[in-house]
Amino acid sequence: MTTSFETGTATPADPMVPRFYQVTSRREETRDTVTLELTAPSDPLGAFAPGQFAMLTVFGVGEAPISVSGLGGAADDDHRHRRPHHADADGLALRLTHTVRGVGAVTRALQAAELGQSIGVRGPFGTGWDVPSAAGHDVVVIAGGIGLAPLRPVVLAALAERRAYGRVVLLFGARSPSDLLYTGELESWRSRGVEVAVTVDRPEPGWRGHVGLVTSLIGPARLTADRAAVFLCGPEVMMKHTADALVASGVPPHRIRMSLERTMHCGAGWCGHCQLGPVLLCRDGPVAGYDEVCDLLRIREL
Amino acid sequence: MADTLRLRIAAHPFSAPFPEDQRELLAREARPVEFEPDERIFAEGGAADRFWLIETGRVALDMWVPGRDEQVVETLPEGTVLGWSWLTPPYRWHFGARALEHTTAVMIDAAAVRERSAADPVFGYAVLSRFAPLIIERLQATRLRMLDLHATPQEIAETRARRAISPDSPDSPEPGSAR
Repeated sequence: MTTSFETGTATPADPMVPRFYQVTSRREETRDTVTLELTAPSDPLGAFAPGQFAMLTVFGVGEAPISVSGLGGAADDDHRHRRPHHADADGLALRLTHTVRGVGAVTRALQAAELGQSIGVRGPFGTGWDVPSAAGHDVVVIAGGIGLAPLRPVVLAALAERRAYGRVVLLFGARSPSDLLYTGELESWRSRGVEVAVTVDRPEPGWRGHVGLVTSLIGPARLTADRAAVFLCGPEVMMKHTADALVASGVPPHRIRMSLERTMHCGAGWCGHCQLGPVLLCRDGPVAGYDEVCDLLRIREL
Repeated sequence: MADTLRLRIAAHPFSAPFPEDQRELLAREARPVEFEPDERIFAEGGAADRFWLIETGRVALDMWVPGRDEQVVETLPEGTVLGWSWLTPPYRWHFGARALEHTTAVMIDAAAVRERSAADPVFGYAVLSRFAPLIIERLQATRLRMLDLHATPQEIAETRARRAISPDSPDSPEPGSAR
């Protein structure tokens, strides 16, 4: 019998049934954050796009929505410069990379996941960053804290198709120097022409970098408002504040894409837990244009 | 030299929006300066009688905290302005400032700007109209940093629990307790 895996197509299946993946590498990023590479021994899901998310299950604990932070496995993204959005040219998510911050029961269990451990994966869910839509523009990635995780594939996609884009700028704000993600990669991105600026809210002894909000990096980046295609992810208040600062400096709202978060449960637009007004974020998000969600983000009942 | 200074003042994001005649007035009180890495620009409590248009480099605002040495509260990158304590009495620096890297700036005699502002309210209003948004922006940024948006739910709960121990806390858990 020929399995669908061998013929190179994902089995169209119930989106509610997790597939089995195994933890094939883990890297401690910070005291509470880990990057896991998950590999499908068989029966993989269909390919993910940057910005989409998976529902990850730690068996016996529960399930949590986690955006992809790499599509071809961490090592490939770093060293072979594979095209992240083509990484699964065969249309399969053989490997997925997720950076997880342990903040609740499930994410702490993911943070503690060991090599070889089975993780349930459902997806791909939601809208992607649509990086190619920024072709001809400057790619401006603005991240707060763990918000850099879903933006990592944007940087990798821009680097993989470097000539399609103008400048590639990464502005990254974190709580403290110990909370910075991907510190080794930031250097390698810098050496490959990404303009990387980092700031922290609270410096630690020996820190000689910027101290202040991520918005304080916008001015020195000297962005050209009508050339910028912005990809933004971080705490919601930070995203609103940053988007408003960008709009004030002339960036059109539809050129600001952000990844939003509400409680996602089913991932398929059925249960309504992730509703933001008329929008179901698991289906119509998580990535949305600021022009679409600006007003919704100002309604506290949502 | 004077022409170069005029060009530098016209090119800096803070001073560029001033009308040309007002930039000319600023240029009269200006001179170019450079700071080496770790060079102190001013100390907390000193007389505040100048401000700087930072062109390249980066400056840390700091405060000496007993037992914790110098604490950096914010860094000011290129394109920003250093120094506004000269705007209001007692004209003393609220924080200290130190160059973090080689820094070039246009230094402006703030005492002279203050005197001219008193004599020429149109000029004074223009100066305040440039400083007020800067101050508001930094206040808002500081408030957002105070919210500690990256805190985990557990850390937020711990902070609340600590506050609840204080009898003056608005989070005090005793229902009906005297306020």
